[in-house]
Amino acid sequence: MLSRAATRLLTAVPTLFVLVGLSFFLMHAAPGGPFDSERSLAPEVEARLNAQFHLDEPAWRQFGRYLGGLLHGDLGPSLQYEGRSVAGLIGDGAPVSAALGAVALLLALTGGVALGAIAALRRDSALDRGLMLLALLGLSLPSYVVAPLLILVFALALDWLPAGGWDGPASVLLPAVALALPQLAAIARLTRGALGEVLAAPWIRAARAKGLPERLIVFRHALRPALLPVLSWLGPAAAGLMTGSVVVEQVFGIPGIGRYFVQGALNRDYTLVLGVVLFYGALVVTFNFLVDLAYGLLDPRTRPT
Amino acid sequence: MKAGAFGQPAVAVPAMVLLLIVLLAAIGPWLAPQPFDAIDFDADWAAAPSLAHPFGTDDLGRDLFARVCVGGRLSLAVGLVSTLVSLAIGVLWGAVAGWFGGRIDALLMRLVDVLYALPFMFFVILLMVLFGRHWLLIFVAIGAVSWLDMARIVRGQTLALRRQPFIDAAIVSGLGSTAILVRHVLPNLGGVVIVCATLTIPQAILVESFLSFLGLGIQEPATSWGALVNDGARAIDATPWGLIFPAGFLATTLLAFNRLGDALRAALDVPGR
Repeated sequence: MLSRAATRLLTAVPTLFVLVGLSFFLMHAAPGGPFDSERSLAPEVEARLNAQFHLDEPAWRQFGRYLGGLLHGDLGPSLQYEGRSVAGLIGDGAPVSAALGAVALLLALTGGVALGAIAALRRDSALDRGLMLLALLGLSLPSYVVAPLLILVFALALDWLPAGGWDGPASVLLPAVALALPQLAAIARLTRGALGEVLAAPWIRAARAKGLPERLIVFRHALRPALLPVLSWLGPAAAGLMTGSVVVEQVFGIPGIGRYFVQGALNRDYTLVLGVVLFYGALVVTFNFLVDLAYGLLDPRTRPT
Repeated sequence: MKAGAFGQPAVAVPAMVLLLIVLLAAIGPWLAPQPFDAIDFDADWAAAPSLAHPFGTDDLGRDLFARVCVGGRLSLAVGLVSTLVSLAIGVLWGAVAGWFGGRIDALLMRLVDVLYALPFMFFVILLMVLFGRHWLLIFVAIGAVSWLDMARIVRGQTLALRRQPFIDAAIVSGLGSTAILVRHVLPNLGGVVIVCATLTIPQAILVESFLSFLGLGIQEPATSWGALVNDGARAIDATPWGLIFPAGFLATTLLAFNRLGDALRAALDVPGR
């Protein structure tokens, strides 16, 4: 177990390094500097600015400086939010984004597993076909279509929930649903496939032959192995939730990281965009690592003998 | 590829739907009352659907039907071209890894694993931010980040093919590796590649519309479904048709491609991801 964790960690570290290096040199290769877009500055002012942000040093030196800063959590200053550090901006948005993401993940997991299990147990019935068509629709509807539609129906027409903002539990519901929907659909499809396979396995026939009640067969014997593919989906799902949160936070006006990202991208705030990409990347890599570890714990077949 | 796959309703229905959408996007702009970027000064701005403007007009008085068709051309083109780019990279990568095996395989696939762990959507956004919003870059960037699935699937299939007797026969008859790859392995990847490509197209369309939604994709006056949905979502309470028509076309297209991919996988008996 420990060696497995060690090898996984050994893959995670180069992944993060590739992430940092790729992002940094992409940013460096971009035509034009961060101060080009504003009115043309006097040469000495530009030189001062470049010196202040160490942009006059060779690229490898800057990269070293950036890496050194990274090691103690310094992502550099924001180029647009004057006097704010990128790490500070991310720190402000992170709790909000994390809360939204956690609610959405919970919704996607419970809803997806429940609907997928229902579909698998009623395989090839009208209910199964209907649910799976809905799931495919959920995968095909981008969150920026779902989010305004939810606002239109539940906030503007019915006036049940707030149309945006971030105050109180009621304001979490609509964005969390918009965020969760594609993942919920994917998890439902996965659960249905896996549970269908497990239900055809010999040990389920043995359980049936023993005369176990259907409820016990499903919950104790079938569902647990069927959830392994769902577990391994959690890594991509986390990436999907982060991508989705960019849109959802923008549409609902939620002060999370996603909104900083959009604004940073539009304002060409290079350090902010880079910081957010790194933050998300590190989260995804960490999440994949944890999922891998959990998988090893839960599935005895993947343990080294 | 088995003959008759297109005779099955599960394949034929989404294929027909897609054909209709492609046709509409191709000839629709000629049927529209005015060009997609022209402003109708006689009609009201942001007018509801009517006989003159079947999908209504946007807040500048431009005909939405024409805009949805023209936007569809771009979205579909992005889907196809990006998929071709991902196809070229993924098939080559996967076939080489699967064929040569050993260290080359380990190196190539480990790289895929590393790339898999990165949040790729953000790289595309980073690219668009840094290098400007040229449409050609959109095509290439999306293709360049969506070849990982293709590479994995092609590698698995190549590994399986390598153990087939007809490959042994080709080796025994003295054919070189490259010739076997090109002449015997690649043609036999057909089914797998078709299914994977069919499922990559909606992904690419989705990425483009995501970029356009963030204002990083296609720029005015050109448009895509994503850009139209973005405009529609901003004015959703005043002009809901501005969201409903492009979103409807976008969702129907994505649904049809996904259905087609699933059905083709079943019809061609291709293993899942």
